[in-house]
Amino acid sequence: MIGSDFYLDDPRPADGAAVIVGAGPAGIRAAQTLLAHGVRPVVIDEAPKAGGQIYRRQPDGFARTPKDLYGFEAGRATALHQTFDSLRADIDYRPDTLVWNAQGHTLDLLHTASRTADTVRWRDVIVATGATDRVLPIPGWTLPGVYTLGGAQVALKYQGCAIGDAVVFAGTGPLLYLVAYQYAKAGGKVCAVLDTAPAAQRYKAAPAMLAQPAVTAKGVYYVSWLMLHNVPVHHGVQLLRAEGGAEDERVQALVWKDAQGAEQRTACSAVGLGYALRPETQLPDLLGCEFAFAPLHRCHVPQTDADRRSSIPGVYLAGDGAGIMGADAAEMSGELAALALLQDRGIQIDASRASLLRQQLLKTERFRQALEVAFPFPEDWAARASDDLVVCRCENITAGEMRSTAAANANGDINRIKALCRVGMGRCQGRMCGVAATEILADALQVPVENVGRIRGQAPIKPLPLDMTVAATAQEAAHG
Amino acid sequence: MVKHLATEVVVIGGGIMGASTALFLRQRGVNVVMLERDLCGSRSSGVNFGGVRRQGRSLAMLPLSQRSHALWGRLTELIGTEAEYERSGHFKIARSDADMESLVRYAEMTRDCGLGLQLLDGVELKKRFPVGGTQVVGGSFCPEDGQANPRLLAPAFAAAARRAGAQVLEHTPVQAVEHNGQRFVVRAPGLEIKANIVVNAAGAWAGQFAEQCGEPVPMRIRPPAMGVTEPLPHFLHWSLGVEGGSIYCRQVRRGNVVFGGGPGLVLDDTRARNRATTIWEQLPQLVALLPQLKNAQLIRTWSGNEGALPDHEPIIGASSRIAGLYHAFGFAGGGFQLGPGVGEVMAELIAQGRSSTPIDAFRIDRFLQPASAGEASSPTPERKIA
Repeated sequence: MIGSDFYLDDPRPADGAAVIVGAGPAGIRAAQTLLAHGVRPVVIDEAPKAGGQIYRRQPDGFARTPKDLYGFEAGRATALHQTFDSLRADIDYRPDTLVWNAQGHTLDLLHTASRTADTVRWRDVIVATGATDRVLPIPGWTLPGVYTLGGAQVALKYQGCAIGDAVVFAGTGPLLYLVAYQYAKAGGKVCAVLDTAPAAQRYKAAPAMLAQPAVTAKGVYYVSWLMLHNVPVHHGVQLLRAEGGAEDERVQALVWKDAQGAEQRTACSAVGLGYALRPETQLPDLLGCEFAFAPLHRCHVPQTDADRRSSIPGVYLAGDGAGIMGADAAEMSGELAALALLQDRGIQIDASRASLLRQQLLKTERFRQALEVAFPFPEDWAARASDDLVVCRCENITAGEMRSTAAANANGDINRIKALCRVGMGRCQGRMCGVAATEILADALQVPVENVGRIRGQAPIKPLPLDMTVAATAQEAAHG
Repeated sequence: MVKHLATEVVVIGGGIMGASTALFLRQRGVNVVMLERDLCGSRSSGVNFGGVRRQGRSLAMLPLSQRSHALWGRLTELIGTEAEYERSGHFKIARSDADMESLVRYAEMTRDCGLGLQLLDGVELKKRFPVGGTQVVGGSFCPEDGQANPRLLAPAFAAAARRAGAQVLEHTPVQAVEHNGQRFVVRAPGLEIKANIVVNAAGAWAGQFAEQCGEPVPMRIRPPAMGVTEPLPHFLHWSLGVEGGSIYCRQVRRGNVVFGGGPGLVLDDTRARNRATTIWEQLPQLVALLPQLKNAQLIRTWSGNEGALPDHEPIIGASSRIAGLYHAFGFAGGGFQLGPGVGEVMAELIAQGRSSTPIDAFRIDRFLQPASAGEASSPTPERKIA
């Protein structure tokens, strides 16, 4: 070891907390499991109310019914919310709180409403930070009125708002149809659903998808419902551009190529765009977890064993943050991670329950693979991206700028290219543009996407106000 | 299958020191192979503050710093890019009368060194610059000091060295350096290089190498604690420092305010980062100094491993024990501006045997026990030194 007075020497505290980061399906089931075995967790969540994105709860004073909010999933949502409500008094619950840094065995927190910084010391931590949209830009994607699919859904679910009065949903993935259905069902005008996946892919995936008949049936239902209600649904399309009005004021149309190669133009006032989801992995990165490229997710994800233990003792990874598997799997992996934590603390658990959860998760993974066949990632996206396409909207970096930087630095990975041309260097720190940036770089270098690395996480995980105050407890905390 | 190379000089380390040494050696027609463990400029040369500052340096360092200053002025001609270099001026703030007196003393002491320092009192300062905070008494302004982008500079020096004919090998960690009685043999995975001269410019890792050469120096790793705000409208044209240390900051071309001050955290042999407790100390100081930042957000923090010596001066020059070995390391907190000058001095030393810039204060033997009679400064045959 090299000599320094500034080493991090922070042994795992025996009296540290069992911390759960994220109160979505994974975090809630983990909390329930810990509490049932006598361990009182600290649950930290960015949202003001528990439920996560998929079962996001409305602010006080909003009164849509669970059926309106969650459709087929109303029962699951209600069950999960009730579970959390029943735990609430017995856990240390910290809503509106961002974990912005991890250092040794301390998590650094920001209470977003009061702008107060604080810390929590962990003996164990279950990271259940979920996912965000996987964004692949098209020309015009920075116009007002162009949203991600997930963003469009949150607007509807959380506040009962539509992103526009005439919406095109485009991209691919199961969420595409679900959000379109939810918009149409809520009375919104859906101009078209444009799926980049060819229809034939669906037939290819059908046998494997029937492993989860209930889930598949729901998907079939959404598509049929949309068609019955005269919503145009097109497969195998190529998205060409979003067009704005005078002076690009707001999106007015989506231009696309149909499966036969004919150019089409669909007028609209908003676009919901997305290609499934990407895991939110900054926290495992700062915690020091090992990552590996996962072909199924087409990105680097933190590694876990079958019970959701990471490479760092005491760190467990659950839910979509460790790989996109959906809400049901998130509940299972949250419970499984909690059981692993309990077992590692020497607490008696029901081994058969853990075994059952492992089996169910394996089944889900097979289904997830079938979904990937049905809704493939458009691998030719980067090759088709024109030089003037904006990849990183924080820094306004185009595909062409990335390509010329890559041409001059052939052995540069994504972090080097970031340093040289500022891609991913803005407010989002690559959380939103990272997928597109690595695709462009891999294509420019003509190497597989796993070879260009991943954007390293650097604190703060999300922007931090300069004028925050620091709680006394945090100032006292040992910080290695 | 080991690849064999032969060259005049092997430079270990592709940071700013190594890369500029390689470039200036090539300009003198000397054959060079430069070995970098990771990517050129990916360590401390690429993660420092980016201050291009002479003000505040010791008298011993000013001649070298001035030489570097002249090279910075020719940067585009030298490396084909300006790396966002600007002579924006560097202002050192005094927050008390005692600090102001200290700045006055420094200005007097360096009057003949060509820095062109201007002392500003509080009234004059308020006229020229909207530094907030009532605690600012005045300060000292060096108009031709400035700033540049460290992420761009060292890679650009390395690229220029390559264009000038140096062999630049990245992802090539040096495993051993031996001397066969006639030449150095430098080994890296799949590679063996014979050379007459070795330059140790391995940054924070140079101390281990020097120790293996029989020249142990008391170098410690000091990680700077760096951060940057989101981009903001331009309001800060000077690079700012504070007398007595603590916070320093500058606004980059994109509009972000880059700042530093206080210690970061060493994670392991190769990685460091800013630390939360330091960030909590930095942010209020920054807002107190520049109220314009009150509603801004911090978007990224970082650090890197820098090597520091107890007298805060670097080690530059020939080894005192092994002929043909040269050192250039220990630049924590101030190497960025010196980089081009150090490269030119090293090239002069190697090609001509002496430097026209005084560097005696940076000799490695200031930390060494005197060598015994049997250990004269000649090559030690078969000696394994890394």
